[in-house]
Amino acid sequence: MFTSMTNRRDFIKKMARLSAITAAVSMFPGILFAEEQERGLPKGGNLDWKKAPCRFCGVGCGVLVGVENGKAVAVKGDPKSEVNKGLCCVKGYHSVMAMYGNDRLTKPLVKKNGTYVETSMDEALDLIASKMKETIQDHGKDAVSIYGSGQWTIPDGYVASKLFKGCIGTNNVEANARLCMASAVTGFLTSFGLDEPMGCYEDIDYADVFVLWGNNMAEMHPVLFSRLLDQRLKRGVKIIDFATRTTRTSMAADKSILFLPQTDLAVANAICYEIIKNGWVNTSFVEKHCNFTKGSTNIGYGLEDKFAFKDKPEKISFEDYKVFLEDYSPEKVEKISGVSAKDIKYMAAYYGDPNKKVMSLWCMGMNQHTRGTWINNLVYNIHLLTGKISEPGNSPFSLTGQPSACGTVREVGTLTHKLPHGVVMNKEHREFAAKIWDVPVENIPSKPTYHTVEMFRALDRGDIRFMWIQVTNPMVTMPKLKRYRDGAKKEGRFIVVSDIYPTPTTDIADVILPSAMWVEREGMYGNSERRTQYFEQMVEPPGEAMSDTWQIVEVAKRLGYEKQFYYKEETHIEEIYTEYRRHHDNKKHNMAPLEVLKENSGMQWPYVDGKPTKWRFNSKYDPACSNGEDFHFYGKPDGKAIIWQRPYEPAAEEPDSEYPYWLNTGRVVEHWHTGSMTRRIPVLHKAMPKAYVELNPGDAKRLQIQTGDSVKLTTRRGEIILPASVNQRGVPAPMQVFVPFFDENMLINDITLDSFCPISKEPDYKKCAVNIEKV
Amino acid sequence: MPIKSYLAHPHQGKKDELILAISALKHCEVVPAQNRDIIVIVTETDTREEEDNLKLKLEAISSLKLLAMVSGFNTPQKN
Ligand code: SF4
Repeated sequence: MFTSMTNRRDFIKKMARLSAITAAVSMFPGILFAEEQERGLPKGGNLDWKKAPCRFCGVGCGVLVGVENGKAVAVKGDPKSEVNKGLCCVKGYHSVMAMYGNDRLTKPLVKKNGTYVETSMDEALDLIASKMKETIQDHGKDAVSIYGSGQWTIPDGYVASKLFKGCIGTNNVEANARLCMASAVTGFLTSFGLDEPMGCYEDIDYADVFVLWGNNMAEMHPVLFSRLLDQRLKRGVKIIDFATRTTRTSMAADKSILFLPQTDLAVANAICYEIIKNGWVNTSFVEKHCNFTKGSTNIGYGLEDKFAFKDKPEKISFEDYKVFLEDYSPEKVEKISGVSAKDIKYMAAYYGDPNKKVMSLWCMGMNQHTRGTWINNLVYNIHLLTGKISEPGNSPFSLTGQPSACGTVREVGTLTHKLPHGVVMNKEHREFAAKIWDVPVENIPSKPTYHTVEMFRALDRGDIRFMWIQVTNPMVTMPKLKRYRDGAKKEGRFIVVSDIYPTPTTDIADVILPSAMWVEREGMYGNSERRTQYFEQMVEPPGEAMSDTWQIVEVAKRLGYEKQFYYKEETHIEEIYTEYRRHHDNKKHNMAPLEVLKENSGMQWPYVDGKPTKWRFNSKYDPACSNGEDFHFYGKPDGKAIIWQRPYEPAAEEPDSEYPYWLNTGRVVEHWHTGSMTRRIPVLHKAMPKAYVELNPGDAKRLQIQTGDSVKLTTRRGEIILPASVNQRGVPAPMQVFVPFFDENMLINDITLDSFCPISKEPDYKKCAVNIEKV
Repeated sequence: MPIKSYLAHPHQGKKDELILAISALKHCEVVPAQNRDIIVIVTETDTREEEDNLKLKLEAISSLKLLAMVSGFNTPQKN
């Protein structure tokens, strides 16, 4: 909550109170302090409460924003929201404060002779349009690009894709969700032919066992985690934390199992081995609904520029698959993974027990992985072999980190190969999009261009000359950052950055556009469970700040696309959403009309006959099933899901004598991603002011390092000095270290590796080799 | 002028009793969680000695199971 600070002592008192509340919230997710909320409300005020999805993570909690005298002053959880049922986490409670930081960008800035000069919005937009035209003329269409975000609203991403793919005619459209969700997407596509989870959060109310695959849910998805803990209180469910590091999630779990980095692949195969060996396979389900397939092996790590890979799937039999699994007995895998055969059997037994419903949950641990697609496939294998899928409580479920990674990046399709419906490689899909976009089909190129890492490599090489970056902070988040920062600063590059605060990314900009944030404009987000949520504009944006949607529309008009960008300023969000819905007008993906979104706390797609679809591919719940069977995996031409044969392969860079430790990077509960918003919220900033390196207590003792000591981390990319953290919040396993990435003053990504999954092209931020020394 | 905050855990079924007992103490502010057995306490005293005394009083409350300090600040004189 947010009150004005009348004096320093009151401020400190409030800090003390909020520090305790912050601690309580991260230790007991979902904890509510009603009195504290009331205290935050301006006295005698005329608060108007309006509903919105939370600005921050992909859980997509429904919140009520209290507005008074044109200012958003308070937030509380929306009791009517099915997602969070009135709960909120510490970030959500403080979210409105992120709008009122002192250094909010309010005027467009143009770089002239090395310094930023204020200009009018009209002039800045004119300059952007003329630079785009000039670049296209001099270097071709594929020299201009846009890099967006899972924080883009649905209309933002939609107009970006329409302008670049449909009008300009380049597939240079990418978004930061490539860095966090791409492996989940390719996992879904390869196993089921369609993206996004089959289940929903309601699975939590039915599952008996939760297996968290490398997912620190207590800190990253606190409200959902509190729903798990509630179920434990009510029904005694079991929570298994399967991770490489001991976290608050491990401490709250019933069982914590640690594995060596990258070996989740082997363990998942070992679980399948056990399921088959013990006769726990749901034979009729597998026979009716699954195919077995193997793909290429030794597929590389994408470390070189212009790396290319195409998988070569080959059908195999169940018998072939069993032979393959012989290498993955629990006893053999124990040696690779460090997980005891007993623990592997323990997990397998839950998955194999026909009387237990199991939900697998994961996020960055499985996705930011050089075999991210494979590990997603392997977890689906477990659920498919046992038939524990697509029904209440039996659910493999990938979580998202951004409020609209699903809604915008995955559903609108703001990735180089995607269209709102389908992919650019498919002629019919191009024709369909071109018709709705009112452009000649020839405009849309049939070949994808650059995925995110390659897009920044192309900028460095000079293949891309113009990049427009909206609502994201790649100069903190790109792996092997130094190369991409230096590349972006090279002569002959023109970078536009739309954001709400100065960041290391605005530092590389030629033009900075001030953006309207969240409820300063109208829009929609789509969360992890296929729920689209609408929010109205509640307050005016500061100065000349403008929504990202309207910035793009204005530039599109200046480029001569008035016909396609016919929207009126007052009604453009509704017009864009209505147009967008046409791309998904079918039983498999229909989106709810805007009136329905406005009336409800969001609505899940497919929205068919006035109802959301909670469990896809199950004919009891999903009207798109048409094969007359209980289940229909209609994303694949023969209606069957795929059980993939995928081996364990090592990480791109493993510890050796020179760099003997594993470096893992990630997030903390107080900050949202790069911290550009949460570091401007005093209570969150004070609670977690700077980054640190977590060490294993045994390693720290041997190196005589104590909490607070300066430690130098060196990788093949460079070095960084960080304060040590020993036995504080998280505890890495021996010979591993962990560093959060939220701190722009300690850019850990300067030393990470830009290896990626060859299928999803998502980088692996969790594994590279590092040396540590006390300084 | 110390200001400190704590998380207090009551013994089972004793949350209301604990809230009452702490509320009765001077220099103590209580923020109970609505849906969990956790109470946030903020103490504001004039001297270190007063602070120590208060902590002893808190720890003597029979309904209190555990008192964990979260933050401590030393502030300038009241303004
Ligand atoms: S869990 Fe995520 S969506 Fe929910 S309040 Fe926290 S940050 Fe917002």
